[in-house]
Amino acid sequence: MNIIVCLKQILDPEIPVRDFRVDSEKREAVRGAANLVTNIFCENALETALQLRERLGEKSGGKITALAFGAETAEDTLRKALAMKADAATLVVNDGHPHPDPMAVAQTLAAAIRKIGPFDLVMLGRESGDWGVAQTGGLLAEELGAPCISFVDQIEAGADGLIVKRQTDNGWEKLTAKPPLVVTVTNNEFNVPRIPKTRDIMMSARQPITKWTLEEIGVNAAEIRSGGNYYEVVDLAIPVKDITCEFVSGDTLEQKVEKFAERIIEITRAL
Amino acid sequence: MSDIIICLFSGSGYDRAAQGVVGAGWRLANQLNGRLHAVIIGAHDPELNIRVASVADAVVTADQRDLAGYQPELHLNVITQICREIGPRAVLFGADTYSQEVAPRLAHRLGGAAAGDCLDLALQDGAIRVKRSVYGGKAVATIELKRSPAVVWLRARAFEPVATTSSSVTTVRQTRLTLQSDERTRIIERKSEAAGEARLEDARVIVSGGRGLGGPEPFKDLQEIAAMLNGQTAASRAACDSGWCPPSWQVGQTGKKVAPGLYLAVAIRGASQHMAGISDAKNIAAINIDADAPIFKNCRFGIVEDYKKVIPLLKEKLAALQK
Repeated sequence: MNIIVCLKQILDPEIPVRDFRVDSEKREAVRGAANLVTNIFCENALETALQLRERLGEKSGGKITALAFGAETAEDTLRKALAMKADAATLVVNDGHPHPDPMAVAQTLAAAIRKIGPFDLVMLGRESGDWGVAQTGGLLAEELGAPCISFVDQIEAGADGLIVKRQTDNGWEKLTAKPPLVVTVTNNEFNVPRIPKTRDIMMSARQPITKWTLEEIGVNAAEIRSGGNYYEVVDLAIPVKDITCEFVSGDTLEQKVEKFAERIIEITRAL
Repeated sequence: MSDIIICLFSGSGYDRAAQGVVGAGWRLANQLNGRLHAVIIGAHDPELNIRVASVADAVVTADQRDLAGYQPELHLNVITQICREIGPRAVLFGADTYSQEVAPRLAHRLGGAAAGDCLDLALQDGAIRVKRSVYGGKAVATIELKRSPAVVWLRARAFEPVATTSSSVTTVRQTRLTLQSDERTRIIERKSEAAGEARLEDARVIVSGGRGLGGPEPFKDLQEIAAMLNGQTAASRAACDSGWCPPSWQVGQTGKKVAPGLYLAVAIRGASQHMAGISDAKNIAAINIDADAPIFKNCRFGIVEDYKKVIPLLKEKLAALQK
């Protein structure tokens, strides 16, 4: 079974609000001292893929290819994927707009996937921690002419295809699916990304990473570099919050909690 | 090309999210001077049809038996077919699982452009612009959709319902489509963990617990407090990932985006990841042992104490005050 996991490198979403700045001219976040990390849902997708490969066992020959479309720095994301034990890694180098629109990303990933070869399963995170667009999976499925299941948190091999479990607004659904298939992955308690072993991290540094330019995968490179023509970010701003917390006071804990309870009742009655 | 479609999945009735979608569609149709079409798909829900028909200019229901239970490929095909017949300027959805799954693919099939989890929708020189929260709620982006139709899914409760209803009588047209089943994927089992409860996105009061609770047991207390306040219980990602509560409880950038009148955060530090899910809450209150926890920066009021000491007293005080 050929599994392709798409991974996105993003600005660390955990940076505190006080350190966060935007460049309103370029309409993007300022990196500053922040780290670049792999988007968490992408790592959940990789973890889900690794567990599926383990379930499939040796003889089915499950192969996981990690695929990224991003700047040269995204090599770090692919090295980590290799350290987590992905079998191969491919980077489509983005030398254009730092945040292409989701259609441009989907077209690029689709072209790269066709160049990699026949696939059974393409897995992506359900959204990214930077722009949180949540469209790449769906658009990619359309580009590839494959069905799509979103918010997946578990995949097992069934008698006739795959058994996929996904989260819904207030519970879950189980689906049967025949590859080829695209899934977007969300987190649960069982797909927390594994920590790579030190030995595997060292080995990953020596493993080859295939690098392709936009020209090499046969997309409209000029259009992708310009950021695409699906949508345009026309403004990016930090919202101003004007709020101060009133800490309830009192001589005893009981007095404090009483005041706290009074405030709660006051607000809920006004709703 | 100035007509608007609102697309609703039946099953939640005419809830606050549906009312918001109808309201947004009604205002946009008025601005564009176009007709407002409602497409209602899923099990037959006469009550929902009537409520929507009191606002929309046309209602199309896709409620034949084979469409009662959602199937990703089938429902997408049906919605695409109906949208193609109408040829809209925009298609609006709520932010439920099915809407989010369908919207980008629908945009692709219609040659349009999608944007999701939108907080605002406006017309600027003929172009449709949306506002959405990005970088985990740390910034707000305005996005102009360059292709038509615009396919937009809206954050529940961010849009006001319609104040007035139309005086004209709208007929409800039931479609009877020839359905082609798509066996590539098939939902074979469904489980609702909160049967009968309102969606978290619609809750007026939410009592939420985080990593600081240290285990699953304290959630029972939180549920009790939520019940006292006619609210619901939620959790941070850390609590869900630890398996202390179901994933459907998770609030944050990686979980649900909620907008309650009161959000009571218990032992939640308030990392920006979490705050992204509650930026639309009207009032946030917190119980946390650390006065420097970022959650307090967004709180109206708070108490700096160990939650273990506060919770039993709080139950007592709330009960007494409600008498």
